[in-house]
Amino acid sequence: MLKNKSLISVSDLDKGDIEDIFEKADYMYQNMNNMRQNEPMKLKILSTLFYEPSTRTRLSFESAMERLGGSVISMADSKTSSFSKGETLADTIRIVESYSDIIVIRHPLEGAALLASRFSSKPVINAGDGSGEHPTQTLVDLYTIKKELGDIENKEITIIGDLKYGRTVHSLLLALTRYHVKINLVSPANLKLPDYVYKEIKNKLDVNIIDDIEQSIKQSDVLYITRIQKERFTDKNEYYKLIGSYKITKKEVEKMKENSIIMHPLPRIDEIDVEVDFMKKAKYFKQASYGIPIRMALISMIAGD
Amino acid sequence: MDRTLKISKIKDGTVIDHIPAGKALKVLNIINIGENNSISIGIKVPSNKMREKDVIKIENRFLEKIELDKIAMIAPNASISIIKNYDIIEKFSVDLPQKIIGILKCNNQNCITNAGEPVNSEFNLVSSNPLTVKCVYCKREMADNEIINNL
Ligand SMILES: Nc1ncnc2c1ncn2[C@@H]1O[C@H](COP(=O)(O)OP(=O)(O)OP(=O)(O)O)[C@@H](O)[C@H]1O
Ligand SMILES: [Mg+2]
Ligand SMILES: [Zn+2]
Repeated sequence: MLKNKSLISVSDLDKGDIEDIFEKADYMYQNMNNMRQNEPMKLKILSTLFYEPSTRTRLSFESAMERLGGSVISMADSKTSSFSKGETLADTIRIVESYSDIIVIRHPLEGAALLASRFSSKPVINAGDGSGEHPTQTLVDLYTIKKELGDIENKEITIIGDLKYGRTVHSLLLALTRYHVKINLVSPANLKLPDYVYKEIKNKLDVNIIDDIEQSIKQSDVLYITRIQKERFTDKNEYYKLIGSYKITKKEVEKMKENSIIMHPLPRIDEIDVEVDFMKKAKYFKQASYGIPIRMALISMIAGD
Repeated sequence: MDRTLKISKIKDGTVIDHIPAGKALKVLNIINIGENNSISIGIKVPSNKMREKDVIKIENRFLEKIELDKIAMIAPNASISIIKNYDIIEKFSVDLPQKIIGILKCNNQNCITNAGEPVNSEFNLVSSNPLTVKCVYCKREMADNEIINNL
């Protein structure tokens, strides 16, 4: 059902689709090393068009395709690439679709991936569009919860940090509307969840906007921390003052309940103290590693024969 | 007693009636007026249906679909009369389209439809009262005056 379809928004996926992807990801996870020999993506080409810097997402797509025996072509740095010299995205896509079987795009403007998919006869995967969505990160996040906690249903999830510009948060919340979960949102006043996202989820989720982070830390199954970007603050002192009160240290982790986990879409800056990295509840590096089986599953389901 | 026809009748043209009082100039803004289209405007004229209304009469001009769709967004209850040889030959009300394509600019500066790409803007109607639409590309909603200012 995902075959030849673009993946632009988590709204493109129903719960059944998500379960199918997880099942396939389990298979990829278990057969990671055989896949290279089986080469299910042999002779297929994935192109990555990143108009915005990315390390993890881009590398994990490239790694996933390589592990499936396919090959990858990438646009050079978008600032030097001839593709960006005034050429419209529509034109670039019309060219790139003939070079590849599946296209992965990240772009600073909202709706760019949808536009790309409309100009392409080949499937397009959204790897982030402005402050819009980032559906593959969301699948990685959900998969992490499922793998580490056994289930997504009935969990209490506290999301902390930049809820305004963080597209990973927007996509994650939209996807969580498919489950029965309790959500707590914690953010600085200038980085609150935008109304248009809140409207979308408020009737479908038990959402609580809270100030008291203390209590949520104690009772949550998942602490999902996001990066607060310094650039969002005109007064850098404000940033440092704030980051102090949002930082997760050993002390906070010790208050968390048993069998709870800490997630972060990475890169992490100051939000999680490095001493937490060695604690059992820290799952953010594990989370990043799940990016490979999830993206292998997606690529093979979308572009496979 | 005909108190609204202070304006002389037109031979051929279009009457846009039942515009909310005060919105006539906004409607006029989105209509291309040519050289031989003389226009009469009534602002805040008494009306049975609406207490007060605005009305626009344009000579030698018939409206296109895109103009009717724009009018629907400014004046959802407007009625249009087509006049030929002093008589009304057709009369209908405007209709809010479910999909609003190419007639409204997205208010989000960071939306791909504002970046010089060869695409029409595209919105879905979310609700007609209050008028709210949602950009298909960036998923942002726009309402009332925001919409009128971006027509
Ligand atoms: N030849 C004409 N020139 C200019 N305006 C005209 C002409 N004929 C009709 N109109 C105007 O067109 C509008 C609709 O005419 P109609 O006779 O249907 O009015 P009405 O009975 O008030 O209808 P409604 O119930 O829609 O208000 C009115 O505003 C009327 O003044
Ligand atoms: Mg009347
Ligand atoms: Zn938009």
